[in-house]
Amino acid sequence: MTSRYALRFAALGYLAALLVVPVGLVVYRAFQDGVAEFIAAITTPEALHALWLTILIALIAVPANTVFGIFCALAIVRRKFPGHGLVNSIVDLPLALSPVVVGLALILVYGRQGWWGGWLIDNGFQVIFALPGMVLATIFVSLPFVVREVVPVLREIGDEQEEASATLGASSWQTFWRVTLPAIRWGVAYGVVLTTARALGEFGAVSVVSGRIAGRTETMTLHVEERFQAFEVQDAYAASVVLALLAVATLLAMTLLRKDEA
Amino acid sequence: MRFLILAALALTLVGCGGVSEAGSGGDKLTLVAYSTPREAYAQLTKDFAKTDAGEGVSFDESYGGSGEQSRAVEQGLPADVVAFSLAPDVDRLVESGQVAETWADDAHKGMVTSSVVVFAVRKGNPKGIKTWDDLVKDGVEVIEPNPFTSGGARWNVMAAYGAQKKLGKSHEESVEYLRELFKHVSVQDKSARESLQTFTGGKGDVLLAYENEAILAQEKGEDLDYVVPDQTILIENPVAVTKDAPDQAASFLDYIRAEEAQRVFGKAGYRPVNEALADEFQFPMPSGLFTIADVGGWDKVQKTFFDREDGIMAGIQREVGGALE
Amino acid sequence: MSSVAQPVAKPLRRRRPDATLSLGVTTGYLSVIVLIPLAALVLRSLEGGVGAFWDAVTEPQAVAALKLTFAVSFGVVLINAVFGTVIAWVLVRDSFRGKSIVNALIDLPFALPTIVAGLTLLALYGPRSPIGVNVAYSTAALIVALLFVTLPFVVRTVQPVLLELDRDMEEAAQSLGATSIQTFRRVVFPNLFPAILSGTALGFARSLGEFGAVVLISGNQPFKTEVASVYIFGQIESDNVTGAAAVSVVLLVASLGVLLAIGGVRRWATRHDL
Repeated sequence: MTSRYALRFAALGYLAALLVVPVGLVVYRAFQDGVAEFIAAITTPEALHALWLTILIALIAVPANTVFGIFCALAIVRRKFPGHGLVNSIVDLPLALSPVVVGLALILVYGRQGWWGGWLIDNGFQVIFALPGMVLATIFVSLPFVVREVVPVLREIGDEQEEASATLGASSWQTFWRVTLPAIRWGVAYGVVLTTARALGEFGAVSVVSGRIAGRTETMTLHVEERFQAFEVQDAYAASVVLALLAVATLLAMTLLRKDEA
Repeated sequence: MRFLILAALALTLVGCGGVSEAGSGGDKLTLVAYSTPREAYAQLTKDFAKTDAGEGVSFDESYGGSGEQSRAVEQGLPADVVAFSLAPDVDRLVESGQVAETWADDAHKGMVTSSVVVFAVRKGNPKGIKTWDDLVKDGVEVIEPNPFTSGGARWNVMAAYGAQKKLGKSHEESVEYLRELFKHVSVQDKSARESLQTFTGGKGDVLLAYENEAILAQEKGEDLDYVVPDQTILIENPVAVTKDAPDQAASFLDYIRAEEAQRVFGKAGYRPVNEALADEFQFPMPSGLFTIADVGGWDKVQKTFFDREDGIMAGIQREVGGALE
Repeated sequence: MSSVAQPVAKPLRRRRPDATLSLGVTTGYLSVIVLIPLAALVLRSLEGGVGAFWDAVTEPQAVAALKLTFAVSFGVVLINAVFGTVIAWVLVRDSFRGKSIVNALIDLPFALPTIVAGLTLLALYGPRSPIGVNVAYSTAALIVALLFVTLPFVVRTVQPVLLELDRDMEEAAQSLGATSIQTFRRVVFPNLFPAILSGTALGFARSLGEFGAVVLISGNQPFKTEVASVYIFGQIESDNVTGAAAVSVVLLVASLGVLLAIGGVRRWATRHDL
């Protein structure tokens, strides 16, 4: 069965060259000067603030997209309204859209010369180059995941249980809470994990709308870029390792969820 | 339900965050600057807080490509003090009504530091690059940022052009030189700082850079030398306050033009504009030094060279790209 | 439907407010977050009229960037279609120690921030490469970065199909004397094809817009290694917002087109019971 080994070698070799070795190299380089140096690099005020800001943005974006995702999935699967295919594609759009385009679009609405931006700024609401703009950008790019995970689950389970519950006299809220939600919980869980990963790792769109004010509007990803550009490559690697660890935590969560579900 | 609680918690956190930013018991000024003087301003903002005029003042700082930052302020990036690579980036904010027209009406014409365009080369200068002609020799790879996003790139282009005029060439011949030069440019980064990264990362034989960038890189342990060509342009970096800025912003401007701060700039590799320090730092004075005024002034140059459609550089970018396909 | 006769009051009526709520929330949220910004983008691109739009999009540097983006993306997803299928095959049909770790790793490009991806590739395949491979600032670097970013798509669309696949047909073919290759070509591949296609298309759409992974490693040289997203960024910076918006709309339409096509393929596949 040499073809089996050949295939295995091809697959693993490709993955090693493209994924494993590059990431491993960065981890190695981050710790090259010792663990103390690594800790020092990621506990500077800027780094800590960047981490806090990244988590804060995720704490807003993820619940928002989760609530939306469940409603949207329900609308798409259960209420076959005209144009639901288009809605499906619009929801998928953030997956495919360039982050630079996302940033530009947001500036065209909320920037000083944008549709609402002038009025907002004059009334004291800074959207672009402040937290709200970064949250909007992050919500945009991490929008699809809960929907995409919940839709197939909803399709699969069908609505018999819900109809039964309604027949038995439950209100629509009760039906949703006691019947629908538990049935889709795995889809929601996967969706939340993916949304979180995406929100934590956003770079392109946020970099266009953030203004990169060190200690104020720099997320962890922007911090990595900033450190790289300040010739503090070790710091950049260290911050990258933190982000990579968050990514690995996401992968772990996905794997554990898959095991639990099965 | 849990999500709603989480969301409510998150919003409360945001509220707290917003409040703590505003009333932290001191004045907060925002400095928006181009990419290279980060290290200098980090020091100066701290020093300023120790003076009487600057007591209790703290800074939020943002750095990036000069054009990028200028546009950002135009789009609403909060700024009290702006420090850019070249005057047109301040003029953009005059047009948008954010900076007073009279920003350059002071003893230093609105400038805070100077520098010159130099050639950064590998340690030991293995290819022996000393003059502008050396840049267009066969096999020489030049690193230079994109003139349409980087202020530093525009200084480089005008340095190259002006140097040719200084050597006695006509306008057409000088433009021809620019064409030749850009055939040798292999990478165009967004900003001056990024092109320095590219060069120190091992790409190219020579980098066109600010003198202070080359000095900074050497201080950070990078293996490079730099050559100050005989003909080069005097880079003048402007600084201004925005119209709505608190008074401390203007005080900061005075501070950074005073001796103490100018000394900090000098140590960081910038040429001070304060005449009192003229002899303190031994910056080389090229025999063929010229200014932007000598090549027509920024207003004329922006139109002639850097207009996105009809500018000379736009044409060169198109030709050079086409020729290499 | 239940066959028990129901009394007059149909319980389904009680779900009307629920329907309006989910529809209302969906459209409201989508409008604010996605549709309005995109509308602003489209309108801005047409601000100078259709003529200006056309000029912006046919500018030589824009055309070069778009050509490069489409060409490289196309090549990259083809490569990942092949490798993705191989990897999915190995993950489903093969077994070896650590397979579940490898399976989890596939999602790394989804989880890792693009700037970190760019940094890691630059570390290994750039000027300071410990193995002496330096492809930075070239089209090769672009390809490597985009391969990284689009890796998971085909793997993740093919895996579930392979898992569901009934082995009987393959075994039947083999017992009738077909070689492994023939079996794959005639029996397995047609079943995988829609999944490979949709994974490839998703990867393609993703690759068209990539910015973070590419911007550190490719050199961004106009006409040579400048992709559409970097070109758009440059146009924003040179005060050509209308032009930037115009090229953005091109990317937007391309992405939307690809997504609609995938939806169409899915419906075609289910109709033909694949």
